[in-house]
Amino acid sequence: MAKSLGPVKRKFSPWTDPNEKPFIRFENITKTFGDYTAIDNLTLDIYEREFFSLLGPSGCGKTTLMRMLAGFEEPTSGRILLQGKDISGVPPYRRPTNMMFQSYALFPHMSVEKNIAFGLKQDGLPKDEVTARVAEMLKLVQLSQFASRKPSQLSGGQRQRVALARSLAKKPKVLLLDEPLGALDKKLREETQFELMDIQTKLGLTFLIVTHDQEEAMTVSDRIAVMDKGVVMQVATPAEIYEAPNSRYVADFIGDINILEGKATAVGGGLTKLDCDGLAIAVADEAPCTAGDSIAFAIRPEKVAISLDAPADTSVNTFHGEVWDIGYLGDFSVFIVRDENGRTMRAAQANIARLVDRPITYGDMVWLSWKAESGLVLTR
Amino acid sequence: MKFTRLDATVLTFCFAFLYIPILILIVYSFNESKLVTVWGGFSLRWYRDMWSNQGLMDAAWITARVGVLSATLGTILGTLAALAMTRFTRFRGRLLFSGMIYAPLVMPEVITGLSLLLLFVALGIDRGFWTVIIAHTTFTMCYVAIVVQSRLVTFDRSLEEAALDLGCPPVKTFFVITLPLILPAVISGWMLAFTLSLDDLVIASFTTGPGATTLPIKIYSQVRLGVTPEINAISTILVGIVTLGVIAASLTAKSRELQRQRDERAAFRAVG
Repeated sequence: MAKSLGPVKRKFSPWTDPNEKPFIRFENITKTFGDYTAIDNLTLDIYEREFFSLLGPSGCGKTTLMRMLAGFEEPTSGRILLQGKDISGVPPYRRPTNMMFQSYALFPHMSVEKNIAFGLKQDGLPKDEVTARVAEMLKLVQLSQFASRKPSQLSGGQRQRVALARSLAKKPKVLLLDEPLGALDKKLREETQFELMDIQTKLGLTFLIVTHDQEEAMTVSDRIAVMDKGVVMQVATPAEIYEAPNSRYVADFIGDINILEGKATAVGGGLTKLDCDGLAIAVADEAPCTAGDSIAFAIRPEKVAISLDAPADTSVNTFHGEVWDIGYLGDFSVFIVRDENGRTMRAAQANIARLVDRPITYGDMVWLSWKAESGLVLTR
Repeated sequence: MKFTRLDATVLTFCFAFLYIPILILIVYSFNESKLVTVWGGFSLRWYRDMWSNQGLMDAAWITARVGVLSATLGTILGTLAALAMTRFTRFRGRLLFSGMIYAPLVMPEVITGLSLLLLFVALGIDRGFWTVIIAHTTFTMCYVAIVVQSRLVTFDRSLEEAALDLGCPPVKTFFVITLPLILPAVISGWMLAFTLSLDDLVIASFTTGPGATTLPIKIYSQVRLGVTPEINAISTILVGIVTLGVIAASLTAKSRELQRQRDERAAFRAVG
């Protein structure tokens, strides 16, 4: 197992409370399409008021899982429980979930107002109640002055908000968001992420979001499930996923990371020692492996220090090589360093001072160093 | 590309080849003279005569009713077939089914007409008004299916899913979401079907019976006795209706496209 992060104060963490009942439970779900297995014996709990992300590359089964909750697909085997009740076989139009579609799926022949009112009318609500609720929703997404426009007369960002308002109008128990921000440009996407979080807190709803964008998932979620080929690889908070990924796959999928393959040489005394093709590394964690096992060492580039001279502290891990490439990212610079065996390692350094004259440049022989606590051992 | 003199000549020749016969027919429908080939001055006399020709008028009325009914039936069946083709992409025998939908388009009309005739005879159905409608429905529905299917291919199914998700049952979803959105295609399919039914001679003559003479059959049988300018007049009207039908069908498609473009420009202004 990955190392513990120690006691962390959280405002909201029902998943740590053993008495808390999950709001949604996927229980041993398998879904096959012909010979293809989209979801493979998956079990997952989501709690009330949680902002939960399903994260993974396309084809990992995340959308299928969401569509099963909405009722558009039925699991081949397994059960889906909503507040403890099995909802298999309940058609989508009788489920207390609403979905915001990736394409928004706004009805092009109806005005913004009518789009938002559509779901309420299906419930046969009295007219004045529908009007009031639509007005409330329009206000929530700040589109009151666009009520009578057709979707085609709106910008992409406005359409996205109409779609959100429409899916929220019926006060669903769970709001499903399928790549909700994928069609927006970067700046608008970032703004909208915070709006979504704000709305979720304000309305106290459970949000389930499907995304392939790890940054988006990190920003908005209480917890993330990283998926690969129909299997959940890790379910944890964004910080845990980033700082303590449980596998090579998760480590590599979330953020930037150096991964060196190697063998365990000794485990014990609070340390795991590795030999990565001649490079000895110590990690302050007892990994669940024994000497001789093939494991990997991983470290985030921002946890690697770079210097021209060998570090004075001899207890740290070091990597000596030549600066192969420098990526200037504005807030950060990433140095790619290559040692004599051709291994590369990246170190990121915050550009705290304005670097007019870069002290370290291409071709310099440098020392990379990191503490034993900074690295990770990946056994999967 | 430059438009050369050769292009112009070829184009003129083609259009002349296509339209001069029809133009002559139309011009001579306004001919005063009783002789079809000799110009005797402008007159609407043959239109008046045509109007009082009971046989011709009866045939026109039958044709109109056959057209409306068979086009409507063909549109309903064709739309359903198109839905089945686009929605159920993996049912058993789909390829056969899709082939069978398109086959009547290339099937010689004589064969279609003859086989329907044999069917009606075998079933002991008296041929007449309804057998023509059935026959026309069978071949017009293929055209409708193709027109509607090409629209459904680009139809975003998440619109229907969104309606279901918001609590709208499937049948209602079809009528409040799907149908309004594919309506332009359905309407142009109907107009195409109506036009095809209107000018069909071969299939109608195989499947019709006493008392159900359609206009093309009437015209054809009269021409055998000699062309009168009355025929020119009624043919001109037919040409007019067909032309209007085709233009209307393409305009419904076109205007939607223009509306979409206008809306998109409006959206850009809204952003800026």
